[in-house]
Amino acid sequence: MLNSKVAIVTGASRGIGKEIALTLAESGANVVINYVGNQERAEEVARQIREMGREALVIQADVSDSKQVDNLISTALSHFGKVDILVNNAGITRDNLIMRMKEEDWDKVIATNLKSVFLLSKAISRPMMKQRYGRIINISSVVGVLGNPGQANYVAAKSGVIGLTKTLARELATRGITVNAVAPGYIETDMTTNLSEDVKSKLLDQIPLARLGTPKDVANVVKFLVSDQASYMTGQVLHVDGGMVM
Amino acid sequence: MADIFERVKKIIVDRLDVEEEKITMEASFKDDLGADSLDIVELVMELEDEFDMEIDDEDAEKISTVGDAVEYIKSHQ
Ligand SMILES: NC(=O)c1ccc[n+]([C@@H]2O[C@H](COP(=O)([O-])OP(=O)(O)OC[C@H]3O[C@@H](n4cnc5c(N)ncnc54)[C@H](OP(=O)(O)O)[C@@H]3O)[C@@H](O)[C@H]2O)c1
Repeated sequence: MLNSKVAIVTGASRGIGKEIALTLAESGANVVINYVGNQERAEEVARQIREMGREALVIQADVSDSKQVDNLISTALSHFGKVDILVNNAGITRDNLIMRMKEEDWDKVIATNLKSVFLLSKAISRPMMKQRYGRIINISSVVGVLGNPGQANYVAAKSGVIGLTKTLARELATRGITVNAVAPGYIETDMTTNLSEDVKSKLLDQIPLARLGTPKDVANVVKFLVSDQASYMTGQVLHVDGGMVM
Repeated sequence: MADIFERVKKIIVDRLDVEEEKITMEASFKDDLGADSLDIVELVMELEDEFDMEIDDEDAEKISTVGDAVEYIKSHQ
């Protein structure tokens, strides 16, 4: 389905990003695995992709840093000759109530989760415009729509990602580039393993499908959005959250 | 100069899908050649590639006619 397409997935060393990378490779794509600190885990994802007979390229880059982002994109372009798909997935949390939230925690989360989407989209827009084709997927979050106490920085970033998605969709539409967002609910990854049982059971009460999601639940929707089957969709936010937002 | 104009003309024909006769030194990208703001950004990118130069955003904003582009390239080569 994605044969000979080239995809960049940021934050692909673990969690949702890893599953997206593997799922796109399963569908035929060659994948750039970006990470910031966990080289071994990134290499392991690349190994699994090569086992499927696809190409994988591991590139370390802090997505909040414009120089490193430019290097990520140019290395990917010079290796593969093109990039068809960009999945902006890398993200972090630094939770605290607003009166306790440190300015540096605000800045760090906005830079990693929101500014990164600007930097990567900007850097990729030129080659994608030239080839008159591109698929950009931004990973937002259910809390970017609903709000969440203790996550002012994260929620602001994830809402920002939705606004950015809609604007880029409008700017790039005439050049064959679609831009969509996926807003996962509570997905079982490192980001959510530290939640207490009490918090988890309260969470389940808010999820109509009464289970946490898996990385695969998210990756399958990303796979759909980057395929030709979704070619008439742009500027959308798809909720993958067991029915939390409806 | 003539050579620069010819090369610029070729890029405009490809990008904007306009007839060659319409492309004169006086022609305005927006008013005469039907370019929108994204077209102009793209044209500037292509000119950068074709002439192997960087045109910074401030200068790019001042380029409104074909002649502006040709003059800019000539004086920055
Ligand atoms: N889990 C959830 O319930 C949930 C819900 C909604 C939305 N999301 C969103 O889904 C995305 C993935 O979340 P996840 O749960 O899979 O997270 P995770 O398991 O914590 O993995 C985070 C990934 O991002 C990478 N990363 C972190 N900072 C980076 C930086 N500055 N530059 C480049 N890469 C960086 C990490 O690389 P290293 O391994 O090198 O550190 C890792 O690959 C995030 O945007 C998150 O906000 C998650």
